[in-house]
Amino acid sequence: MIRPIASLGRGTLEALSALGRASMFLAQSAVGIPSREGWHLWLRQMHFIGVMSLAIVLVSGLFIGMVLGLQGYTILVGFGAEDALGQMVALSLLRELAPVVAALLFAGRAGSALTAEIGLMKATEQLTSMEMIGIDPLRRIVAPRLWAGFISMPLLTVGFSVVGIWGGYLVGVQWLGVFDGSYWSNMQSSVAFVDDILNGMLKSVVFGLVVTWIAVFQGYDLIPTSEGISRATTRTVVYSSLAVLGLDFVLTALMFGELG
Amino acid sequence: MKRSKMMEFGVGLFVLAGILGMVFLGLRVSGISLGVPQDTFTLQANFANIGGLKSGSRVAMAGVTIGRVSDVALDTEWLDARVTMELDEDLEGKISRDSTASILTSGLLGEQYVGLSVGGDPEMLEEGDTIRDTQQALVLEQLIQQFVSNMTSD
Repeated sequence: MIRPIASLGRGTLEALSALGRASMFLAQSAVGIPSREGWHLWLRQMHFIGVMSLAIVLVSGLFIGMVLGLQGYTILVGFGAEDALGQMVALSLLRELAPVVAALLFAGRAGSALTAEIGLMKATEQLTSMEMIGIDPLRRIVAPRLWAGFISMPLLTVGFSVVGIWGGYLVGVQWLGVFDGSYWSNMQSSVAFVDDILNGMLKSVVFGLVVTWIAVFQGYDLIPTSEGISRATTRTVVYSSLAVLGLDFVLTALMFGELG
Repeated sequence: MKRSKMMEFGVGLFVLAGILGMVFLGLRVSGISLGVPQDTFTLQANFANIGGLKSGSRVAMAGVTIGRVSDVALDTEWLDARVTMELDEDLEGKISRDSTASILTSGLLGEQYVGLSVGGDPEMLEEGDTIRDTQQALVLEQLIQQFVSNMTSD
């Protein structure tokens, strides 16, 4: 009788203490804003996290835009409303697809790599050695990665949207013959800069923070064995995908629902 | 050293591409204009029913966009809708006093907009004037109702 209740209590305490550790971790490492001497560390991470993720994000964006163009056209043409294609492609990309899909790809491409990298540093006791010689690993290792992810994510999302809208244009206008002028003008009359574009960017900033946070924390907090690293890498992808999808619903309800 | 320069170049290019993409989204996709906001002149009109007209809807004359609806409010004196429009400044003093404002729909399912058609009065509308002659929005339910009652009375 006592045992299940005790194990429930233990589980809750463990979850709370992990949350507490993660928050302390974020607070301590986010202070390490890229400074003059830390510049090259941040730059290297921007290159690895941002620039190297660009290819997969842009290719996915292109295909998603093209699929949206194709599917949207076949549905809209039934109502004789294929002129609204631009509006449909742009709004669905800017509000939902670009922030969410870019964040999911980012978690798979960059998040898992961050966890494995920091995890291996911990397993080979590099982090402890740094502390021994008086270097704060949170500032030296974690902070540049956190900031790079945080800054890269919105940039990747912009790229995703732009390429996706272009993909929709390729399929809708060039291939299926929607009138060029109505594709752009319908888009312009329905997309609002603050409500749609900036809200989408805000989403991607939040997702960037959450995904990198989960990734570096899982790496920093793992059990330093080869099995621990593989588990933590899996957890990074699973947790950040779930967090992105769940947060997306909350943010959408706040931004576009009648709640906000 | 050379590798670090390449990396800086790559990151710089990445950030630059992000900023350019944002500019593209702003200008081409949401259609905001960077220029100084054009000088406008304001007209008002009262409608019995505005249908789905909202602030930001376009105002057109002969099909050409000449301005935007800047405000829609209930006129508490007459209990109808008071629509404020901002038109291009060049048109100030060129729209006659007996012009008609009507709420039209672009296409069957499209957005609603205000259409202005010019009258023949030599007196012109000035800043802040009210257009007297207005036509309310076509409401589909009312049309169907009229049609049905005409059918049954025959």
